[in-house]
Amino acid sequence: MRASLLRRVIDAIVLFWLVVTLTFVLVRLAPGDPAELLIAPSASASERAQLRASLGLDASLATQYARWGGALLRGDMGESVALHRPVSAVLAEAVPVSLGLGVASLALTFLLGVPIGLAQALRRGRATDRLLTVLTTTVYAAPAFWLALALVAVFTYGAASWGLPPWMRLPAFGLHAPGGSPGGLAGFRDLLRHAVLPVTILAALGAAGIARYARSSFAALLGEDWIRTARAKGAREHDVRWHHLLRPAMPPLVILFALALPGVIAGSIFVESIFAWPGMGRVMVSAISTRDYPVVLGATLLYAALVIAANLASDLAMPLLDPRRRGAA
Amino acid sequence: MKRDPWVIGSVATLVVVIGAALLVPALSSQDPLSIGEVLHTRLLPPLSRDPGGTLHLLGTDRFGRDLFVRMMLAARVSLAVGIAGSVLAATVGTTLGALAGWHGGVVDRLVMALSDTLLAVPRLVLLLVCAALWRPGLGTVVVVLVATGWMGVARLVRGEIQGLRSRPFVEAATALGATSRRVLWRHALPNAIAPALVATTLGVGNAILLESGLSFLGMGIQPPQPSWGNMIAGGRDLIVAAPWVAIAPGLALVVTVVACTLLGDRLGELL
Repeated sequence: MRASLLRRVIDAIVLFWLVVTLTFVLVRLAPGDPAELLIAPSASASERAQLRASLGLDASLATQYARWGGALLRGDMGESVALHRPVSAVLAEAVPVSLGLGVASLALTFLLGVPIGLAQALRRGRATDRLLTVLTTTVYAAPAFWLALALVAVFTYGAASWGLPPWMRLPAFGLHAPGGSPGGLAGFRDLLRHAVLPVTILAALGAAGIARYARSSFAALLGEDWIRTARAKGAREHDVRWHHLLRPAMPPLVILFALALPGVIAGSIFVESIFAWPGMGRVMVSAISTRDYPVVLGATLLYAALVIAANLASDLAMPLLDPRRRGAA
Repeated sequence: MKRDPWVIGSVATLVVVIGAALLVPALSSQDPLSIGEVLHTRLLPPLSRDPGGTLHLLGTDRFGRDLFVRMMLAARVSLAVGIAGSVLAATVGTTLGALAGWHGGVVDRLVMALSDTLLAVPRLVLLLVCAALWRPGLGTVVVVLVATGWMGVARLVRGEIQGLRSRPFVEAATALGATSRRVLWRHALPNAIAPALVATTLGVGNAILLESGLSFLGMGIQPPQPSWGNMIAGGRDLIVAAPWVAIAPGLALVVTVVACTLLGDRLGELL
């Protein structure tokens, strides 16, 4: 048990290192030289060579790889080309914003998605199921940025011009009302109002995806022998659902949690760039448009670390939830 | 399967979208790329006529270009990217997955390590990085979609092939003297293709969504070539003044992706 736990952790570390190597290879494969982006087109050949030397680009690929890896181990992700600040500092500012957005959306995603999937599985093939299938598929198919534009049109501009009550007029820009952030309760309420639209979009998209998965995994469980046995021996439907169905449904749901993370990350990239939230997604998009490779790579590695950590956590939680996996692994 | 209402509905929708994408720009007298008399023709609402008397079914954009014709031209790009991206990714995935499952050992470990590595980075992030490193455009988008999209199919096919390896008909083919390569491609693989087919259908919708996202952020298909994503981006700051500019391509996108997804889901249940 302990040995397998250790092996999983080592696997995760190796996997992360593979991602680090992949990003290194990608940057080297790309056409053009990072130095070309930093230097004026009119620079002389000797200035060019000097910059290349100062960036370490004149060394062999193996040396560059070793240097970059060594720096990463020390937590040094280089310096942002556009902002002239360490990448770690740029990301450290952005992470709390995205984490808040992500955690709130993921929680809502599960609170909405799982019951919808369960309701569908229990009424499989009936009108409710079909209606919800079309609904969840439509939301699942809608691009985050398009939904965001629609909600902004309705609740920000529309609400003001149609004279809707003030609580329905929601801000669509940034984290706080302009004019600085008031502290205390008022500031928190302001933050919540700014969070309504972004969180709604991410949660709706996520819940639609989760519901689609939850529906099929609940449907599979409902066909199991023990459910039939429970019903045959006369257990109340309420008990069947809560004891015989939900307990064994936990492991697949925990795996779903790890699977849902990349979707939330992708959604947050659009949502943050539309609502001007100073999170990781916005940092990444603006770094890409300014060709700020160190920041792009730093953000990519951080995203990968998150996904790997989530998968590892769900792997480790599995034996706790599923007794069948305890002794064997 | 032929009588299933979900399958009929989805296929019919896709046929209509593809047919319109092929016919409308070809039959229309308007050039959806050129910019003419802008002042009198721009931002006309749906179902209105411009001073020249031409009816604009879905109105016009800020340059006076007919939205319906542009949307259908964009449909060509989006559908082509979606289908090419998904089918090529599935081909790569099927090949690598089959080789990994059949040979095991080093091949298997290499393919799986590569697939795990790519899966550890969210696909959109990977797409953005590649789009940033290479020149944005149609070719780049397709290549990147394939490079980041083959892993799911590879895992599915690998699992199927591993299960088939010890089945009697495969052993029989080997015993009859067929070469290992022939047994894999002619006997084992055709029996492992169903899940790959489902994943490809679902992948088309997914690829269209990803392409539109990239184009929306300005890293995919570049204007003036229209795609649904960059058309929505073009309507972004007009969402109040002329909401139809962003709504129309978004609806086309959603309808197409829903049809692909429902068809894929249903195929998955039926196969």
